[in-house]
Amino acid sequence: MSAPPITDPHPKSPLPLEVHDLTVAYTKRPVLYGIDLEVPQGSIVGVVGPNGAGKSTLIKAIMGLLPVASGWIEVFGEPFKKAVTRVGYVPQRESVDWDFPVNAMDVVLMGRYGRLGPFKRPSKSDKEIAMACLDKVKMLPYAKRQISNLSGGQQQRVFLARALAQESDLYLMDEPFVGVDAATESAIIEILRELQSQGKTLIVVHHDLTTAPDYFDRILLLNMRVVAYGKTKDVFTFENLQNAYGGRLSILSEVALSRARKKAEGDTPENLLR
Amino acid sequence: MRSVLRKGRDRRPVGPHRSNPTLNIRTAGPSIPTLHPKQGAFFALSLIAICATSSIAHAAKIGDMSETSWTEQALDFLSLEQPVVRTAVLGTLLIGFCCGVLGSFLVVRKLSLLGDTLSHAVLPGVALGFLWNASKDPWAILIGATAAGILGVALVGWIKQTTHLKEDSAMGMVLAGFYGLGICMTTVIQNMAMGNKSGLDKFFFGQAAALSTGDIKLLSIISLLTVVLILLFYKEFLAISFDKGFAHAIGMPVQVLHYALMALLTFAIVVSLQAVGVVLVSALLITPAAAAYLLTDRMHWMLCLAAGFGMLAGVLGAFVSYLSNNLPTGPLIVLGATLIFVLALFFGPRHGLLTKILRRRRQRQRIALENTLKAVFYLCENSDFERREFGVSELAVERNSNLPAIEREIRNLVKANMAGWIDDSNVPALSGQARFQLTKEGWYRACEIVRNHRLWELYLTNAASYESDHVHDDAEETEHLIGESIVKRLEARLENPIHDPHGRLIPRRDQIIA
Repeated sequence: MSAPPITDPHPKSPLPLEVHDLTVAYTKRPVLYGIDLEVPQGSIVGVVGPNGAGKSTLIKAIMGLLPVASGWIEVFGEPFKKAVTRVGYVPQRESVDWDFPVNAMDVVLMGRYGRLGPFKRPSKSDKEIAMACLDKVKMLPYAKRQISNLSGGQQQRVFLARALAQESDLYLMDEPFVGVDAATESAIIEILRELQSQGKTLIVVHHDLTTAPDYFDRILLLNMRVVAYGKTKDVFTFENLQNAYGGRLSILSEVALSRARKKAEGDTPENLLR
Repeated sequence: MRSVLRKGRDRRPVGPHRSNPTLNIRTAGPSIPTLHPKQGAFFALSLIAICATSSIAHAAKIGDMSETSWTEQALDFLSLEQPVVRTAVLGTLLIGFCCGVLGSFLVVRKLSLLGDTLSHAVLPGVALGFLWNASKDPWAILIGATAAGILGVALVGWIKQTTHLKEDSAMGMVLAGFYGLGICMTTVIQNMAMGNKSGLDKFFFGQAAALSTGDIKLLSIISLLTVVLILLFYKEFLAISFDKGFAHAIGMPVQVLHYALMALLTFAIVVSLQAVGVVLVSALLITPAAAAYLLTDRMHWMLCLAAGFGMLAGVLGAFVSYLSNNLPTGPLIVLGATLIFVLALFFGPRHGLLTKILRRRRQRQRIALENTLKAVFYLCENSDFERREFGVSELAVERNSNLPAIEREIRNLVKANMAGWIDDSNVPALSGQARFQLTKEGWYRACEIVRNHRLWELYLTNAASYESDHVHDDAEETEHLIGESIVKRLEARLENPIHDPHGRLIPRRDQIIA
C-alpha cells in the first residue's frame, strides 16, 4: 500500500482517523468502494467530489451511522464507539427541523450531552462552556432565540458552536459552508484554522471547488472511490479533477475560469468581504 | 342506551342498574381511589368556567331537563361524591396527561400519523386479549394490544425498507388493514354467546365510565412510568427528537430510546382506548400537543402545557358526558381538546391570529401617532424653530387631511401624554381654531422620528449610493422601525452628520426643548 507520508508529530500516538478498504452499500448497491484513508493529526482535509460521490456517506460511515459492508475504521486507534467523546460532528443544516421548540442555547448544550452520560443534567460549567462557544461564533446575543428565527448562516454557526462544545480532537463537518453568507463563511474558516492551530484534526465535506484549495491543506477527491488524496497542491490538478468529475468538463472549465478571474483580480474570499 | 355515567338525575337505588346487563356499570369497589377534598375543590374551580360555556350547547340538546336538575347534575359531578365519577375523572386526567406528554414527541418529530397507526393497529390485539379469558382483563388486553401495536410499527418499518413505498403510505395501509381485522374480530366476539361481551364496543368511541379500578391502577402505573422515564431521560429524548444523527454521533443508543418511546406510546394508547376509543385516541395525542406547540418555543414548556391541556380536555369530556344523554366520552374529550387548540390558535400570545391582528393594529396606531408628531416638527421647522403652539387647521393643511381626523390624532397624542390643548374650554372642538402644543416627551419623540428619517436618507445616498430623490419613500417606512442601537451605528458610520442629503437639519433628541 502506498500510503502518503505521515507528518504526525507524535509518531507513536495513533492517527486521528484511519480507514482501511472500506466499502459501504445502500440496499446492496455499493456507494463507496475500497476507501483507504490516513489522516494525520492537525490537518484540515477537504472532502471534494461531484453529487452522489458518497461524501456524506463517508462521514456517516465513520461514525457508524451506516452499516459497513467490508473494511474497518479506526478513530485514534479505536473503534468509533470507544472514541465517541473525541469526535465532534456538524451535520448538514437541512438534516434537522428548524421549527423544533428549542433555542440556540439548548442546541449548543446538546454538544455537552455526550460527556454527561445518562441521568445527568447539564451543570453550570456546561452552560458556561456552551455560552463561550456561542460567543466564539458571535451568536451570544441570539442565545435565547428560537432557532427558526435565525438566518441560515446563524443556524450554521449554532451547529458549529454545538460541535465546539463537544471539545473533541477530531471534527467531522458535513457541508458547513452551504447556504451561508460571506461573513459566516469567513468566520467559520477562521474558527477551523484556530482549531487546527490547537492540534485538532478536521474533515470537512465541501462542494465549492473554487474555494477548496484556499481552505484545506489536504484534499480527498472522492467519486465512490478515492480518486486522489494528499497535500492540496499535489491533488488539486486538472487531471485529478477531470477524473473525479468524470469528464464533466463544463464544471471544470467554469471553475478554471472563475479561479483565473479571481487570481487576476487578486480577490481572495477575505478580500471580497470588505 | 343511556349514558352510563348518569345516575344522579333520578336517584333510584343503584341495585337495579347493576343487574341490568346492557348498562355495564362498574360501580364502586371498596378499592376505588379517593380524592382529597382539597383536590375536589380544585377541580370544581377549574370546571366552573367550563360549565358556563357548555351549558348553552347542553340546553339545546336536552330539552326535557329543567334548569334545576341540570345544576344538580353539575354539582353532583363536581362534588365527586360518587365513586363512578371519581373513577372517570381520575381516569381521564391520567389519560390526558400521558397522551399530552407523549403526543408532544410525536408532534415535534412529525410523526403524528404514527399515533393514528398505533391506535388502530392495537384493535386486533384488544380482541385477542379479550378472548384470552372472555373478560375485559386490563392486563390481558394490554399485552395483546402492545403486541399488535409493535407488530404494526414493525410492519411499517419493514414495508419502508423492502419496497420504495414511503412511510406515510405504509402507515396508511397498516392502519386500515389492522383496523379492518380488529372490527371483524370484535364483531364476531360480540355475536358469540359469551356472557360478558358488552364491553368491547366501548373501545370504538370510548366511555369513561367503562373504566374499572383495574384500569385505573394500570393507568397510574403507566403514568408514573412515563413521568419517571421522561424526567430521567429528558435530554436523551430531546436529542434524538431534534437531531437523530447527532444523538448517534455522541454515543446515545438512538434505537433503544426510540423504541422505549414507542413502547410508552403504545401503553398510553392502550390504556386510553376505553375512555377515548380507537378512532379518536390519536386526536388526544396530537391536539393538546399541537396547541402547546403554538404557545411556546421551548420543549419542556411544551410538555407541561400539553399535559395540562390533555388533562383539561379529559375532565371536560367526562363532565359533559355525565351531563348529557347518550354521548360517549371519547368525542367529547376530543372536542374539548379541539376547543383548547382553537383558543390557542386565536389567542396565543405570540403566534395567535387575533394577537397578530391586534399587534398590527397597535403598530398602525403608533405609526399614525409618529407621523402626526413629525408633521408638528415640520410646522415648527417652517417657523425657523420659533413657534411652539399650533392650530388644528394648520396641521390639517400640513398633513393634507380633514379636520375631524386631525383632531382625533391630536386627541390620541394628548392621551399618550405627548401633547396638550391650549384653552380648550373656550373654542368649539371642530372649528379648527383649537390650538395645541407638544409636551417634552412629544418633542423628544418628534425629533427622534425626523432624525431617523433624515439619517436613513443620508445613509441610503452616502453608503448605499441611492439617488437623493429616491430615498424619501424608503425612509418614510424605515423611520418607524429603527431603534436606538441602529441609530448609534448609523451615526458612527456617517460620522455624526448634521445635515441630510437635502441640506436640512438632522435634529438631536433635545433639539426643540433642551
